[in-house]
Amino acid sequence: MNKIVNKEYFSANVVKLEVEAPLIARARKAGHFVIVRTGEKGERIPLTITSADVERGTITLVIQAVGKSTRKLCALEAGDYITDVVGPLGKATHIEKFGTVVCCGGGVGVAPLLPIVEAMKKAGNKVITVLAARTKELIILEEQMRQHSDEVIIMTDDGSYGRKGLVTNGVEEVINREKVDLCVTIGPAVMMKFVALLTKKYDLPTIASLNTIMVDGTGMCGACRVTVGGKTKFVCVDGPEFDAHQVDFDEMLMRLSSYKGIE
Amino acid sequence: MDNKEYLNAQRAEAWREALRKSKPNKDRIGIARVAMNELAPDYRITCNEEVNQGLNRKQALLEASRCLDCPEPLCTTGCPVGINIPKFIKNIERGEILEAARTLKETSALPAVCGRVCPQEKQCESKCFYLQKLKKEPVAIGYLERFAADYERESGQISVPEIPQRNGIKIAVVGSGPAGLSFAGDMIKKGYAVTVFEALHEIGGVLKYGIPEFRLPNSIVDVEIDNLRKMGVEFVTDCIIGKTLSYDDLHEMGFKGIFAASGAGLPRFMNIPGENLIGVMSSNEYLTRVNLMRAADPEADTPVLPGRKVAIIGGGNTAMDSVRTARRLGAERAIIVYRRSEEEMPARIEEVKHAKEEGIEFMTLHNPIEYIGDEKGHVTRMRLQKMTLGEPDASGRRSPVPIPGAIVEIDVDMVIVSVGVSPNPLIPNTFKGLTISPKGTIVVDESSMRSDLPDLYAGGDIVRGGATVILAMGDGRRAASAMDAQFHR
Ligand SMILES: Cc1cc2nc3c(=O)[nH]c(=O)nc-3n(C[C@H](O)[C@H](O)[C@H](O)COP(=O)(O)OP(=O)(O)OC[C@H]3O[C@@H](n4cnc5c(N)ncnc54)[C@H](O)[C@@H]3O)c2cc1C
Ligand code: SF4
Ligand code: FES
Repeated sequence: MNKIVNKEYFSANVVKLEVEAPLIARARKAGHFVIVRTGEKGERIPLTITSADVERGTITLVIQAVGKSTRKLCALEAGDYITDVVGPLGKATHIEKFGTVVCCGGGVGVAPLLPIVEAMKKAGNKVITVLAARTKELIILEEQMRQHSDEVIIMTDDGSYGRKGLVTNGVEEVINREKVDLCVTIGPAVMMKFVALLTKKYDLPTIASLNTIMVDGTGMCGACRVTVGGKTKFVCVDGPEFDAHQVDFDEMLMRLSSYKGIE
Repeated sequence: MDNKEYLNAQRAEAWREALRKSKPNKDRIGIARVAMNELAPDYRITCNEEVNQGLNRKQALLEASRCLDCPEPLCTTGCPVGINIPKFIKNIERGEILEAARTLKETSALPAVCGRVCPQEKQCESKCFYLQKLKKEPVAIGYLERFAADYERESGQISVPEIPQRNGIKIAVVGSGPAGLSFAGDMIKKGYAVTVFEALHEIGGVLKYGIPEFRLPNSIVDVEIDNLRKMGVEFVTDCIIGKTLSYDDLHEMGFKGIFAASGAGLPRFMNIPGENLIGVMSSNEYLTRVNLMRAADPEADTPVLPGRKVAIIGGGNTAMDSVRTARRLGAERAIIVYRRSEEEMPARIEEVKHAKEEGIEFMTLHNPIEYIGDEKGHVTRMRLQKMTLGEPDASGRRSPVPIPGAIVEIDVDMVIVSVGVSPNPLIPNTFKGLTISPKGTIVVDESSMRSDLPDLYAGGDIVRGGATVILAMGDGRRAASAMDAQFHR
């Protein structure tokens, strides 16, 4: 049982929870995630750790209410308890000084991008962050991103904020403008697929953080498997980050729909 | 006193003498082996109730009287933990059931579990005098073990052993399967302060997430866990050693000894085309969804695919548990696909028998080579290579060889891959200084279960690869006595 000590709304459907988890706060690094279960009949879902406060013994999770489990979680208030929080899971992001790094995120992928932006900046990189959403209200964490980025580019589908266009338009603009050494992308699988196709064209090394279906999150079940470079990998233990140019996104998209119509 | 002298001394006790004389062996041998009371197949496939209903007192006493109380009881040599089998059986015969349960607990930490899941036909019962010399059905040792353990539990008179003075030495256990639980039980009885760390949200390891309710009800396992709690064992769920806490963290927290019992939880796949289609999954995923996450309960958030034509690849207990679960969840066809013949199947004979009664189809000497899906990526068909048996391989079983060109296709909407598991790599990868076998198991000294790290002992599937509950338990007990001896040196 982990207590929620603070709750904030980023938008009607996007909530930030600060949760007591002193051991995880101490052990986690950028890129790690936790598995969370709400209620005795709840399901186990993966959530990236957005940040941690070792002194307060808390971790921060940003949750977008998209399905039953995330809605349940978003309905909890400060003072309530989450039934289970376990982690940190997965491999931490490989952080070093690459030079110029473009970090691009869409939708709820923006939350897990924040710790990576922060760590990349700390390691001495020039960090350009591209945030994308359908419309202005759905752009989140802009303030925090600005704190740790050299530049933030905002893209909206409807042009209601920043520039009109897709995340790929923003990334391509940067590539055309200056030398980029690494691209990091987190977001819906379709978005990552198109980012990967774009950066491949420019031979720009790209890391994608995959959000597959999971059950245990510890390598025990294989629900999270993806094909990377022709080999089957378990996202929860071999990832979540992989060379985006090697990931079979079409298979991943297909597997994400496994339980459509059942849940 | 060595084990043989101990067995002889026990056998020489007056009550045993008297009991032997009370009935001539001729009469004992004339009694037919008891049949287990079972739920009817057509009923049990509609629910999750335990199939074996246990023996009643009358049946148990009669079956116990079949045992000849041999001067050289070979059955005990077939038991991996060396239970004093004649002593517990003779206690049942004279009606001292609680005493029989205490006898079991001298050596077995979880008799109610072992009485249900041990492969007795390969262990104790395979060595029984009846089978060996009389060519008759062996004494039903497993049924009797279960009877005594259940009787004790249901009597409400479970003996919670008295705990000696605490010695204050902190011991950590990694994993709460049978190895971890039996180790914890022994160490708490010796006075240590024991904390069990479990990665999942429930205690019990495979006993909870793997073996289904219809074979081993959770309530049976929970009673044992509650007992450990009462004795003072602390359980920490949602805590992964090597992730949440490191080896160094454990030392910082003051743990002086560690027992790694992290099991063999990693599913293997076959790496054939189509294995990542929707509807193809590991037995671990399937069983975890249904048993741990209760996916079949409409109230539960975790979903499970409603398989109607389900193929299970493999011939072990896990395959049988999966296929029988699929049947209970509404599969019209539930098929075991196994590349050898039935004779080579590693599953318990009882499981195969129960599966057949439940209408499970067996396609032996078939091996999948490809899965085919529809436009949405759902598996719809599978291609199978027909096999024949060739020469015996390293495991001593005749190895299957493909019959050239003999390929069949069948319709399926779900495939459960149950072709074995690998050791959990987390402890091997994060505890520096261990020796790891090519198979990924932790190498230990066989008698003490001590690893190359002086304060780390290991046992169960992390040391053996996928093995059995009783071997895991035996390891836990051996490690406990060796670790205790180390502290007293
Ligand atoms: C479906 C199925 C049916 C079976 N049927 C039978 C049967 O009928 N008879 C029989 O004798 N055997 C059977 N077996 C085999 C038997 O269950 C195992 O051999 C036995 O459970 C091994 O015990 P263990 O304690 O070593 O590991 P496990 O029971 O696997 O327990 C290991 C535990 O450790 C936890 N863990 C792993 N890593 C960490 C970590 N780093 N930190 C904290 N916790 C960790 C895991 O979550 C797990 O709970 C079956 C197995 C399966 C899967
Ligand atoms: S523990 Fe297993 S092998 Fe030992 S007596 Fe019981 S059933 Fe037989
Ligand atoms: S979520 Fe089970 S193996 Fe990755």
